[in-house]
Amino acid sequence: MIKQQGSRFFFNVDWISILIFMALCAVGFVNIYASVFNASESAAFSFTSSYGKQLIYILAGLVLGFSILLVDAKFFSVFSPIIYGITVLLLIAVLLIGTRVAGNQAWISIGGGFRLQPSEFAKFGTSLLLARYISNFNPKFRDIKSIATAAAIIGLPLTLILLQPDAGSALVFLAFMFPMYREGLSGYFLLIFLGMIVLFVADFLVPMQILIPIILAIGGFFVYQNKRKQKIMFSAILVTVVAIAYLFFVKLTYEKILKPHQRTRIELILGLKMDPKGVGYNVIQSKIAIGSGQLTGRGFLEGTQTKYGYVPAQSTDFIFSTIGEEWGFIGCSVVIGLYIFLLLRLINLAERQRSSFSRVYGYCVACILFFHVFINIGMAIGIVPVIGIPLPFISYGGSSLWSFTVLLFIFLKLDSNRMGFI
Amino acid sequence: MDNLFNRKYIVQGLFIVVSLILLGTLFYIQVFSDKYFLSAENNVLRRIYTYPARGVILDRNEKVLVRNELVYDLMAIPNDVKPFDTVELCRIISVDTAKFIKNFKTARRISRFQPKAIEKQLSVEIYQSLSEQLARFPGFFVQSRTIRQYPDSIAGQFLGYIKEVTPKEIEKYDGYYKSGDYIGRSGVEKAYEQSLRGVKGVAKLLYDVHNVPKGSYAEGRLDTSAVSGEQLISSLDIRLQKLGEELMQNKIGSIVAIEPKTGEILAFVSSPGYDPNLMVGRSQGNNYMDLLKNPNRVFNVRPIQGYYSPGSAFKPLDALIGLQEGVIDPNTTFNCPGYFKAGNHTVKCEHIDGNIALRRGLARSCNTYACYVFQKLITQKKYKNQKVAYDDWHRMVSKFGLGDTLGIDLPGERTGRFYDASYYSGKYSKYWGYSTVISLAIGQGEMDATPLQIANIMAIIANKGYYVKPHLVKAIGRDREIKKEYTQKHYVGIDAKHFDPVIDGMQEAVNSPWGTAIGSRIDNIIMCGKTGTVQNPRGKNHSVFIGFAPRDNPKIAIAVIVENAGFGSAYAAPIASYITEKYLKDSVANNKLAQVEWMKKQIVLPEPPKPKFKLKPKATDTSKTIKLLNDQATR
Repeated sequence: MIKQQGSRFFFNVDWISILIFMALCAVGFVNIYASVFNASESAAFSFTSSYGKQLIYILAGLVLGFSILLVDAKFFSVFSPIIYGITVLLLIAVLLIGTRVAGNQAWISIGGGFRLQPSEFAKFGTSLLLARYISNFNPKFRDIKSIATAAAIIGLPLTLILLQPDAGSALVFLAFMFPMYREGLSGYFLLIFLGMIVLFVADFLVPMQILIPIILAIGGFFVYQNKRKQKIMFSAILVTVVAIAYLFFVKLTYEKILKPHQRTRIELILGLKMDPKGVGYNVIQSKIAIGSGQLTGRGFLEGTQTKYGYVPAQSTDFIFSTIGEEWGFIGCSVVIGLYIFLLLRLINLAERQRSSFSRVYGYCVACILFFHVFINIGMAIGIVPVIGIPLPFISYGGSSLWSFTVLLFIFLKLDSNRMGFI
Repeated sequence: MDNLFNRKYIVQGLFIVVSLILLGTLFYIQVFSDKYFLSAENNVLRRIYTYPARGVILDRNEKVLVRNELVYDLMAIPNDVKPFDTVELCRIISVDTAKFIKNFKTARRISRFQPKAIEKQLSVEIYQSLSEQLARFPGFFVQSRTIRQYPDSIAGQFLGYIKEVTPKEIEKYDGYYKSGDYIGRSGVEKAYEQSLRGVKGVAKLLYDVHNVPKGSYAEGRLDTSAVSGEQLISSLDIRLQKLGEELMQNKIGSIVAIEPKTGEILAFVSSPGYDPNLMVGRSQGNNYMDLLKNPNRVFNVRPIQGYYSPGSAFKPLDALIGLQEGVIDPNTTFNCPGYFKAGNHTVKCEHIDGNIALRRGLARSCNTYACYVFQKLITQKKYKNQKVAYDDWHRMVSKFGLGDTLGIDLPGERTGRFYDASYYSGKYSKYWGYSTVISLAIGQGEMDATPLQIANIMAIIANKGYYVKPHLVKAIGRDREIKKEYTQKHYVGIDAKHFDPVIDGMQEAVNSPWGTAIGSRIDNIIMCGKTGTVQNPRGKNHSVFIGFAPRDNPKIAIAVIVENAGFGSAYAAPIASYITEKYLKDSVANNKLAQVEWMKKQIVLPEPPKPKFKLKPKATDTSKTIKLLNDQATR
C-alpha cells in the first residue's frame, strides 16, 4: 500500500503549473542578477551576492516543493489548526524578539545572516485553516456566525501583522474574501468593499460639501424608486447613512491616526502632491526605468537605470522595474501573461477538486498570488500606493520565495490527490 | 451549487480585467509615451563640455589686435573643503572675506559635490602665489580659462567685448549656450560670434545615482572635441588706428578710412572710445558702469551711428548727377552773386564768385553753383512734374549709399536720413517743389549721413563710379575665406568720364592756393578732398574733411568729423592729411610732427549742457534750416 502510493507521488501532479513556477523563478534570478550587476566588479559567480543567494533559495525552494509532494495530502487538512497555531505563535514571537528592519518589526533572525519573515508563512497557515473550517462545516456565509468565525480566522494573523506594523502584508489578507465569496458569501460584500475603496478615494479628491449631497441624492433616488418595497427602501437609507459615516471615519483616521509618511504615500498616489525627491522618488524612478524600456527593452544588463542604481530596492520590491527596462513591454507582457495563466489555471484546478478543502485552499492560493502581483506591479508603475510586498517567485528573498513555494506546492499536492477523499 | 460554480468566472474575470489594466498602463508608459525614456537619459547622461579658444583678431598686416590670456578660476568642491584659514586665503587672492564666504556658502547650497567657481578670473600673479600655498587649502583647486586681451588697447568699439550670456540669449540661440558661457556682445565679437567662438567639445558621460562617472556613452562614438575659434584678419591697420585714436583723443567724432578698391576699412575711430582691456576680467562690471556715466557716450559707435548733415561732402554728387543727366557740362557757368534765390528762400553763399564753373565751384564749395545744378535737375522738361523729377534724383543719390545701411559687418549700423517724394507730398501735400527742398542741394536739411556713408561716397568718387561694401573683417580662418559680398562692385550709375572734372575740383580744393583745404596738402601726393563745416543745431559747428589720395590709383578714402570744432580746415583736414600721409608714406613728414603732437593735445569737448530754458530749434524742418544756413560757412 505504502509502496503503491510512492509510485504515485508525482503521478497526478500538474506539471504545467510547476513549469510556470520554474519559469518565474528563472525570470527572478536573471533580473536579480541584472539588478545587482556591477560592470566594474569581477564577473565571477559569487554565492555571497544577492543573485548567488537567490539561486540557493530557488534550489532549496525546489527541494522544499518536491518534499511537499511526498507528504500525504491528508496531513495538511489534519494538521491545519496546528500549522495555523505555529504561524500565529511566530507572529507573536516576532513582535517580542523580532528584528526591526525599515520601521517594520517583521523579521526573526535565525543565525547565519538569514532572517525569517513569519508574515509570509501566515498566509498559508491561514489558508489551510480557512479551508479546513469551510470543508468541515460547509457554511454558506448566510449567517453572522459563520462570517464571524471566518473573519476571526483571518483577523487574528492580520491584526498581529498590523501591529508590526506591516500594512502591505496585512492588505494581502483581504484576498481571503474571494474564496469566501466562492463558497457563498454574498456578492454585496465585494460590492461594499469596492464601494469603500471608491468612497475612500473620493474622500480625498472631492470636498465633503459636494460629496455628501451626491451620496444623499443617489440614496434618495433609490429610496424613491423602491418606495413600495419597504425592505429595500430601508436598506438604501441604511447604506446612505453608513456611507456618510464612513466618509467621516476615513477623514478622522487619516488626520488623527495615520503617520505623516503614510499620509504622504496616499496623497502621492492620488496625485494630490508632487514630491519627486521624497517618498515619490522610488515610484518616479521605477516608472522612468520601466518607461525607458519601450517596446523591446534595452537588453539584458543594458538598462542604464538598473545598472547605475537609480531605482531603490530594485532587487526586492521594485524588481519589476528591471524587467520593464531591460525586456521592455514585450518582456512585461510575457511575465504578466505567465502570472495570469498560472492564476486562471489554479482557479480551474481548484474547481476540479472533489473536496471542498482543496478547492477553498486553491482559491486562497490563487487570490493571494493575485493580490501580490497586482499590488506589486501596480506599485512599480504608479497606480497603487507604495506597499512593500514582494512579487511572487521573482523578488529577491528566501522567506517570500519559500512561502510562495510552500503555498503553491501544497495545493499541487492536494490537486494530485484530487481523486482521494481528505 | 451551479450558482456558486459560476462565481469562478467572476473571479477569473477580475483577474483578467486587472491584468489588462496593468498591461494598458505599461503600454502607455513604455510604448506610447517617450517622456520616461527621455527622463532616463536625463538621469544618466551628463554632457561635459570642453571650451575652445576663441579666435584671435589680427590687423591687416597680421599684427595682433585681440588675443587670449590665461586666467584662473579658484574652484572648490564644498564637501572636500576642510576648515581653513579664510582670512589668509582671501589675502592671497585679494578679495573681501565677507564676499568670499558668501560665494562659498552659495556654492555649498547649490551642491556639496559639484565643483563650483568661488572666485573668478584671478591673474597670473595671484595664481602664482596661490599655487604655492594651495596645498594648505584642501578642496580648493584652480581651473584655467582664457579671457580676451588687447595688446594695443585700441579699437574698443570696433572690436566689441564678450560677456556672460543672459538667460534670454540662451533661449534665443537654442541650445548652444549654457549659463556661464561667454558671447560676443558688441562689435566684431558680436558680428563674428559664430566664427570666433569655435565649437564646444562634448563628451557624453554616464553617471550613476551617486553622481559617479561610469564611462562614456556609446563608447564615446558620439563625443566631439573642441574646435578652436577661427582667426579673423581685420582690415584695420593698427598704425592708422592708433594714430587716429591719438589724434582724436579729447575730441568727439569719427575717422573712417576705406581702401576704395576693396571696401576694406583701414581706420575706424570713434571718439571718445575706451580701453577694451577695461571690458574683461574681474572688474568688467564696474568698469562698464563707470564708462556708462561718461556724458559723451563712449559706447556710441559714431562711424556707423552718428548722424551728420553731409554738407559740402554732398556737392560732388550734384555735379556728378548733373553731368550724367546732361543738364550741365564741365564748362557750364552760373553767376554767383553771393546767394541763390529759390522762390521765397535765399541760400547764402560764403563768397561772391561771379561766373563760376564746375571745377572752381567744387573747389570753392560754392552753394550757388550747387543750387543751380539742383534746380536744373528737378525742373527738367522730360519729367511730368517736379515730384517725379525729385524721385528720380532721390533714386540716383540713394545709389551712393545714402538713406540706408551699407551693410557693414558690425551690429548697430544706422540708416541715416534721406526722404523720397512721398515723404514731402505727405508733409506739404502738393505744394512743394525744388525750392522747398533746395537745402538738400548743399547736403543740409532733411538729410543725415553716418561718417561711414560719407567716407563711402569718397570711395565711390575715388573708384570713379563704384564701391565695394565697406567691411572690417578681411578674411576668416586659416583659409582666408573672403565673403563673396565683399568682392562685388556696386555701380552707382554715373559714367566714369564724369568723375574727372569733379576730381579736378576736389584736387584744386586741396592743392590750389585758393582751395579750402590747402592746409592739408601733402608733399608729393596729390590728395583730392573737400572741407566742410557742418552746421550743428546744438552747439558749435562740426569740422569735416572728406577726401582720397593719391589722385591716380587711390589707396585711401577718408572722412573725418570732429564735433564742435568749427571750420573744416581747422581740425578735420589736418587730421585726415596726417592719417593719409602715415598710410601712404609710412610716417608723417618730420616737419609736421610738431603739428601732430599739437593736434593730439587739443581738447575740443562740448560745453557741459546748459539748463534748457528754450525750445531746441527744429533742425528737421527744411525751410527753417535755410535761415540757419546764414550761420554756416561752407568753405
